[in-house]
Amino acid sequence: MSTTATRVIVTGEKPSRRSLFRRSRPEHVNRPGQRQRVVKETLAGYGFLIPWLVGFFGLTLIPMAYSLYLSFTKYNIFTPPQWIGFDNYIRMFTSDPAFVQSAQITLIYVLVGTPITLAAALGVAMLLNYRDKGAGFFRSAFYAPSLIGGSVSVAIVWRAMFANDGPVDNSLSAIGIDLGGWIGNPALVLPAMILLAIWQFGATMVIFLAGLKQIPKELYEAAEMDGAGPWHRFRAVTLPMLSPVIFFNLLLGLIGAFQVFSSAYIISNGTGGPAGMTNFITLYLYKRGFSDGQMGYAAAIAWVLLIVVAVIAFILFRTQRSWVHYAGDNR
Amino acid sequence: MSTTSFGEPAIATLENQVDATPQQPRRKVKRGTWQTVIWFVVLIAVTAVVLYPLVWLLFSTFKPNSEFGSNMGLLPNNPTIDNYAKVMEGIAGVPMWRFFLNSLIIAAGSVIGVLLSSSLAAYAFARIQFKGLGILFAAMIGTLLLPFHVVIIPQYIIFQRLDMIDTFIPLLLPKFLATEAFFVFLLVQFIRQMPRDMDEAARIDGAGHVRIFWSIILPLIKPALITCSIFAFIWAWNDFLGPLLYLTSPENYPLPIALRLYNDQTSVSDYGATVTASFIALIPVLLFFLVFQRFLVDGVATQGLKG
Repeated sequence: MSTTATRVIVTGEKPSRRSLFRRSRPEHVNRPGQRQRVVKETLAGYGFLIPWLVGFFGLTLIPMAYSLYLSFTKYNIFTPPQWIGFDNYIRMFTSDPAFVQSAQITLIYVLVGTPITLAAALGVAMLLNYRDKGAGFFRSAFYAPSLIGGSVSVAIVWRAMFANDGPVDNSLSAIGIDLGGWIGNPALVLPAMILLAIWQFGATMVIFLAGLKQIPKELYEAAEMDGAGPWHRFRAVTLPMLSPVIFFNLLLGLIGAFQVFSSAYIISNGTGGPAGMTNFITLYLYKRGFSDGQMGYAAAIAWVLLIVVAVIAFILFRTQRSWVHYAGDNR
Repeated sequence: MSTTSFGEPAIATLENQVDATPQQPRRKVKRGTWQTVIWFVVLIAVTAVVLYPLVWLLFSTFKPNSEFGSNMGLLPNNPTIDNYAKVMEGIAGVPMWRFFLNSLIIAAGSVIGVLLSSSLAAYAFARIQFKGLGILFAAMIGTLLLPFHVVIIPQYIIFQRLDMIDTFIPLLLPKFLATEAFFVFLLVQFIRQMPRDMDEAARIDGAGHVRIFWSIILPLIKPALITCSIFAFIWAWNDFLGPLLYLTSPENYPLPIALRLYNDQTSVSDYGATVTASFIALIPVLLFFLVFQRFLVDGVATQGLKG
């Protein structure tokens, strides 16, 4: 199911709910020697998959199971894990204000940053779609930040840009708004982080632009003939036709935003400050697990993150029937 | 190197893909001149905002340290190249080229690992009919959405038990085991679009899967392999969490972690070195971007990759 939206974008093909994981039976099914062939094919399949299988079981599935186990223990890597049941999870929500704050600011970051990024990306994509000539240059220029946005270098630049007397502070002072430095200010450091996320709207924009190009011009012409103004055309044509792409970008954007780490680490020098306002969930997890040696507790935090991401993905997939419109579907 | 010599055939293939769905010829609409002017002005304004941080970084590398407290504007008052000289010397007793080399080894190793393991897995998922295909493919797709942080603690424990901390193995081994599902998925999609005629003909002539994979499929999917290589390189080059966890001695640090050494020293006097080292760390990525920009952007558009 999870690939439906992606496939529409990637291959442009009409999604079919049955054929995603299942294929029609091979035609040699009733021929003599069929069993050997099946065995041979299966052996070949697993032969090609050896590296992936080792990675999937050795580095993903078994570690996941192990981290689930660790989340119910007290473990510091040096002494054997000690089973403590649900204590880690109870502690998180009842007696760890740092975790609660971490969860809150992460949610704010995700819920504010992702929609604004999507809106900015869609707005600029529509602007670029207006005219072909010259659009290629802007498309590339806007994409550059997405490529480097997660790097340490950019986080360092961001820290300087939003520091006291930095370029942002100075330009705002020049027009009479004196906010002081953003990075050291607990009220403004989260907005600065959100701006960093929005600054990387380019990748999302490029995907939107590809989607916009696929919308048949006739739909707009027909709408115009019916007397629809620009806003109505946007609501009646653009949004529904683009909904699979919006769905895809929303899903990837939300999941990606939950995992922000390096910029928060660099901007706060690994502390999550000021006043815990950049202590995103992944940074908190890192500090608990790798600085304080509370591996069991960190594993529990990771599982809460996993559950939240899974629930969000589940909700998005469940609600997509009501708002995601696939071409050729008459729902 | 020009963009066209390397990227063009690949781009052509990518564009064919986009145009695979029948599309009506686009009607030429005559638009007012003033509308075009507004269009340009708005977009140039957005460009200025978006590129300002990068231009600021570039110009700041020429600012002497004394200017950082007073002049945070764009242009340096007294341009100097002292920062470059200082950064080249390195930090913590490790020369700069060493950090650069470490980054290069990790990034190049990642590309090789991703290409080998992901293309093998993608071929199996896309072209071989075997028992368990459905469930394994679903599992692979599932890992696409999995937050990486759920496995970092056990992975760390594994590599610690294997005595591999402070080596590049924990950073490279996962790439050779196709743990980055996005590349597998991207290649599966690409292989599925390739016509089956050729490999069926080869099968009748007695070619096995290894031969078909090596002689037919790999050459056909070259554009997708190039996209994968570029992204694998840049992601590995920019990676911070992995090296932060696994590398402990400065002579093994790649650039992002080395930058932290400058960054940790919060005294104002190191600002020049910090921004200059940051800029140097970005150079390969920016070069990649300038050379392959069309290719990268088209790759994102057709494959749904994110930066």
